[in-house]
Amino acid sequence: MTVNWIEILITVIKILLVQIILLTGVAYTVYTERRVSAFIQNRIGPNRVGPAGLLQPIVDVVKLLMKEDIVPNQANRFIHSLAPAISVGVALCTVAVIPFGDKIILFGREIKLQIASVNIGVLYILALVSLGVYGITLSGWSSNSKYSLLGGLRASAQMISYELSMGLSLLGIVLINGTFELDTIVLNQYGWKWNIILQPIGFITFLVAAFAETNRTPFDLPEAEQELVGGYHTEYSSMKFALFFLAEYANVIVSACIITTLYLGGWQFPYLQTFGISPMIMSILQILTFLIKAIFVVLFFIWIRWTIPRFRYDQLMSLGWKIMLPASLLNLVVTSIIVLLLKYN
Amino acid sequence: MDLSLISILFVILAVISIFSALMLITRKNPVTSALYLILNFFTVSGIYLLLKAQFIAIIQVMVYMGAIMVLFLFVIMLLNLRDEKNLTESFSFKKLTSVLLSITFFVLIGTTFYFGFSNINPSRQGVEEKTVEIGKATFLGEKLFTEFAMPVLIAGILLLVAIIGAVVLAKKKFDPVSPDKE
Repeated sequence: MTVNWIEILITVIKILLVQIILLTGVAYTVYTERRVSAFIQNRIGPNRVGPAGLLQPIVDVVKLLMKEDIVPNQANRFIHSLAPAISVGVALCTVAVIPFGDKIILFGREIKLQIASVNIGVLYILALVSLGVYGITLSGWSSNSKYSLLGGLRASAQMISYELSMGLSLLGIVLINGTFELDTIVLNQYGWKWNIILQPIGFITFLVAAFAETNRTPFDLPEAEQELVGGYHTEYSSMKFALFFLAEYANVIVSACIITTLYLGGWQFPYLQTFGISPMIMSILQILTFLIKAIFVVLFFIWIRWTIPRFRYDQLMSLGWKIMLPASLLNLVVTSIIVLLLKYN
Repeated sequence: MDLSLISILFVILAVISIFSALMLITRKNPVTSALYLILNFFTVSGIYLLLKAQFIAIIQVMVYMGAIMVLFLFVIMLLNLRDEKNLTESFSFKKLTSVLLSITFFVLIGTTFYFGFSNINPSRQGVEEKTVEIGKATFLGEKLFTEFAMPVLIAGILLLVAIIGAVVLAKKKFDPVSPDKE
């Protein structure tokens, strides 16, 4: 086997670019969240640092880096430090299979705008989502505090419950496309054929499950301040706390990217091919389309957070097991019947 | 074997996997042991990837790391088992027998592999394409639901029985008059 160094170099550059964009995106999602929440609550929000407060994220990071890092006395030191790393690692790895655009030709070389084009893309996402539980469970346990443990347990129970309906609603898309590959799924969503139109119930169940998986309101019980102080990250300070914060917002962005890819047509701009533009401009337009769609989904996440109050815990569980799971099962059965009928007609 | 990227990766993964397996059975803290088991599963799924079995690798991560080990950790954490000093027992006759038995077992396996496969010399041609084909989900799905449909159905029924049993066990008191109380 010969190692193709140029291919490896291209992949490394892609990884670096995507991670830089993702991390900058996280910083500015936090800023946007604060500004939008201020707007919704009739306040002004951070506007002092830089023009319109645009440098606020940098100041926040510097502040967090300067803080003292405290590990509780009875805590398991190694696992206490490992937990935030797992959270962030999982959040940053998921982005690897998301296609940001079609193939682009640079310097006479065809480059795919996706870090890893694997034939199990959908399963990869589900597998990493199921690994995300570890960060939260371990942080809750290792802090040796009752609030953290309760928060961690709540988060894990919630994530395990909602994983099921998430996976089942994804199966509808897999059935329609007959593949796990995300680039093929995007390619099949040309014209008006976005999966949100073909799979409306699946879209709703996936969206609700995505909210529950990212622990955002109305499903933010793991960090319900009134009951649990801060939930699983009560005992974290300084940069370790910042890592949990980073993981949460990275998860929001990655979920937005996944929703865009699977249900909103990914980088497909409807009927762009009919305009007759040069391929280079078309690729740039496709990447922009993807980014704009993803930004809209992120704004939707923020909007929901500051509009809808939190569920009670029993309501959350009964919604997950009694409504979401049957709805996604029904969606799966109906989809498979329709796919079967279309195949034999 | 030539020193390609795949063999280097294999050696790294294999060393981590054996190391984590050893740590798993020697650590006293059950949570640490569970974490080493997770690391072990992770490296094994990496080895599956090197064998071009992407589907099996990801299923390994999803089922073992994502589902089973989460439940294991849950149980360990809720029982709050600290360092178990009682688990270390002194020399016993039972221990000696188990060591002897496991040595016999490994010798048997070793001889079987050594004499059973030494005279088979598989030609490498055509193997690469076949493994790529086998690793895909479509191939496994087709085989499972045509040739092996019956075992799949039986496994499904077994799992259903296990789920019903778990629900029955979880319901502590079965009161037919008022099922909501306790």
